[in-house]
Amino acid sequence: MRSTHARFLLLAGAALATPALAGDAPPAHAGERLVQAEPPPFSEGIYPCSSCHKDLPPNAERRELAFHDEQQAIFSHDAQHRWCLDCHDLNNRDVLHLSSGAPVRFEESYLLCGQCHGDKLRDWRLGVHGKRVGRWDGEKTYFLCVNCHNPHAPRFKGVEEVVVAGKKTVAPTQTFLKPEPRPVRPEEQRR
Amino acid sequence: MSGIPGFLLGCGREVTTGRRGYWLWVAFLLASIAVGAACYAYQARVGLIATNMRDDVSWAFYIGNFTFLVGVAAAAVLLVVPAYVYQWKPIKEVVVLGELLAVSALTMCLLFILVDMGRPDRFLHIVPLVGTPNWPRSMLTWDALVLNLYLLLNLALVLYLLFKTYRGRPYSKQVFLPLVLLSIPVAISTHTVTAFLYNGMAARPYWNASILAPRFIASAFCSGPAVMIILFQLLRRAFRFDIKDEAIWKIAELMAYAMFLNLFLLGAELFKEYYSATEHLLYTRYFWQGLGEHRALVPYAWLSLTCSLAAFVLFLVPRTRQNFLTLNLGCLLIWAGVYVEKGMGLIIPGFTPSTLGQIYPYTPTWVEWGIAVGVFGVGFLVFTVLVKIAVPILVGSFTAPDPARVESPGATPAPMH
Amino acid sequence: MTVPRLPVLDDGVGRRGQGPADEPAPERARDPGGRAPPRGQEGRRAFLQTAAAGAALAAFSGCGGLDEFFRRHFRELGPEELKAVLARIERRNQERFGRATTVRADGPRPGVEFGYGLDLSRCVGCRRCVYACARENNQSRRHPQIHWIQVLEMDKDHGVDLTHADLYYEADAVPRPGKFYFPVQCQQCRNPPCVKACPTRATWQEQDGIVVVDYDWCIGCRCCMSACPYGARHFNWAQPTLAPEELNPDQHYLGNRPRPKGVVEKCTFCIQRTRRGLYPACLEACPVGARKFGNLLDPESEIRKVMETKRVFVFKEDLATHPKFFYFYAT
Repeated sequence: MRSTHARFLLLAGAALATPALAGDAPPAHAGERLVQAEPPPFSEGIYPCSSCHKDLPPNAERRELAFHDEQQAIFSHDAQHRWCLDCHDLNNRDVLHLSSGAPVRFEESYLLCGQCHGDKLRDWRLGVHGKRVGRWDGEKTYFLCVNCHNPHAPRFKGVEEVVVAGKKTVAPTQTFLKPEPRPVRPEEQRR
Repeated sequence: MSGIPGFLLGCGREVTTGRRGYWLWVAFLLASIAVGAACYAYQARVGLIATNMRDDVSWAFYIGNFTFLVGVAAAAVLLVVPAYVYQWKPIKEVVVLGELLAVSALTMCLLFILVDMGRPDRFLHIVPLVGTPNWPRSMLTWDALVLNLYLLLNLALVLYLLFKTYRGRPYSKQVFLPLVLLSIPVAISTHTVTAFLYNGMAARPYWNASILAPRFIASAFCSGPAVMIILFQLLRRAFRFDIKDEAIWKIAELMAYAMFLNLFLLGAELFKEYYSATEHLLYTRYFWQGLGEHRALVPYAWLSLTCSLAAFVLFLVPRTRQNFLTLNLGCLLIWAGVYVEKGMGLIIPGFTPSTLGQIYPYTPTWVEWGIAVGVFGVGFLVFTVLVKIAVPILVGSFTAPDPARVESPGATPAPMH
Repeated sequence: MTVPRLPVLDDGVGRRGQGPADEPAPERARDPGGRAPPRGQEGRRAFLQTAAAGAALAAFSGCGGLDEFFRRHFRELGPEELKAVLARIERRNQERFGRATTVRADGPRPGVEFGYGLDLSRCVGCRRCVYACARENNQSRRHPQIHWIQVLEMDKDHGVDLTHADLYYEADAVPRPGKFYFPVQCQQCRNPPCVKACPTRATWQEQDGIVVVDYDWCIGCRCCMSACPYGARHFNWAQPTLAPEELNPDQHYLGNRPRPKGVVEKCTFCIQRTRRGLYPACLEACPVGARKFGNLLDPESEIRKVMETKRVFVFKEDLATHPKFFYFYAT
């Protein structure tokens, strides 16, 4: 038990101490200030993942899992070739990992997305991809990939406003958006 | 200038004396004006939503009527040119009546603009010095300028001529002739500028064609004089006004040429649209064939063409031109043809489909009809009053009392022109 | 990358003798009105105006009040007159809606020309922008319903093609298969045909590129609406319907203040927001981040990045209106 505890503490420490890879967050230029939006909430009670996984032996074999039905049911992120451990770290479920094995915190999951979706990452860093709110000449909030794209079913369908840590942010939905009502036709505009 | 109070009193007398037919006509016109006024009061209260104009079709019945009437006003030129440029005496006698028609038509034009405005209380904003007219870039400022100039010019000419004739004095050719000759380019410019108002809009491909201004002039010369032909026949009968047949036939002959030009230009337009068959064909197709289930204007398109063609034939063939029955029929036909062409045929297809490709099938509401009836009532009343004053002066039955009739030595005796 | 700039249309009202169009007067940044100081002609103009207006007064007194009738063009107002005008509008808002409002007249910032980007590969046609705009800009809700943004549903088979465009699409879910969406609003053209057509100079282009309408000067002739190729201008066919609780009290004279009956209105790039550094309401409402906005003169702005990295095009480019609304496909 003591060695498992120690291993956990070591890995947690490593995760927390991992610096963000420099230069990959959206850069602010003169007069601008970029604020990251709150990420959408995890599924209820699922985090920290290590609370269960510290006791489970790591199993790298690709299979259908006995748990995490919610994610497996919708999984469509290149399901033919990819599965959970291509993104989630085998030994520390509180972080993700790049193809090099380097750990990535959930707050910087865009680094992971950007490995395959490099053009989207480049566009997103410039503000060309994805939403920003606030001031065009000053402080603005940018959103993470996961605010709009569910990483397990990333194709965009819709978003909804949620409140996380007392701040408004957005989370992806599994249903498409319903459009607002159509405009009134000219012949319907009567006194 | 002495004699003016007497003149004005005399005018008042002329206008208030008449036979039953006259009073019935005036009563009918006053009733029309009352209808128009009531409808306008309603429109002024609720806003232009009382019409069927909407964002997609933002100009419609009022502006269509305005366009047609500007053409009618310009038609006085068709009389002025042979009378004063070619010195053709039979027409010289009747030019003033053409100018009176121009004055009435211009009054109606200005009224149609006024009833179409969202904020007529702010008309001062377009007036130079007190407002900020966007001159010279805005075509509407040019339109306001030339229409008012033409109106003032015609009023000046008419008042000068009639007052001189009333007093038995010769008119000064040095004053009169330059103004009359000036009225030719001014009249042509009124309709050209109105055409440019539409022509200049790149957003409306149906209008953005060089052929628009020539077509406007051609259709103006077709339609305006038709009123006068009918009027002259009425005046001959009612007032023993000596208007020679040759004058009427000559006007009709000139109209025939204008009709040919109008039809030729229509053909040229249709060729360009149908042969090139770009997306811009849609506007023309909406008018002549309809688009999908939107076919409201199609009967009017073909009716207008039929009327114009029939009128052309009647005016072209000398036998039918010189037969007053067929001539008058032709006048009615060409008026109907050009009225539809300038209203429904010009304005509505210009907006249908809209700039974003949507179709709004427009038809006027009862409010628009009511106000149009009222405006026409005003125009016809103005024309009636002016003719009621002018004709007695011209035939010599309304003249200044003897002390005011000054015979200057060596002067030409009381002329008509 | 330099963005070619056509000179801002100078129609001479209130800016005579001020020098080249792209050199804004230094006092503009501080002057709340942001217009040139009145010229020497004001005395003569005021006299003539009084003389002529007096004649018309008998017929039209009561239409909006005497001081409004005698008012000069917005761009000729001095700072004190402007304050009085804004105060009068705030009073009128109080009477009409029973609510306190703030009506500003912030001028354009030097060195700013606004540009807009619209990502056609992202727009899903949800119309959130349409209604956010209506709420922010106090548009009439019905009789007539005025929308400054119009979203067209187009066919993927035909691309951008107005003969296969539907403004009135209805759906339970967007985007519909085989369709894409094309929002249209005022393009704030550099060569605006509406400004050319307006007979009273009631609409003009400001230095930061926004084409504005003075709702108290417009005569409602609708020449501008005929001239606009994008259907971007809208008319108050009746008294606008707006419930007091729906009123946005944060207003700009040339922007979202409640309009009277019989005048034209249109998108102003949320002038009341953007001149204070905020994004327009439509951009903030868009759930997919299809809208981009910024200063075309700043090479680091998002809109300039769009133009650098994507291929932008403008709508109806053959009409040479030179819009500042750039469509692109990010993917």
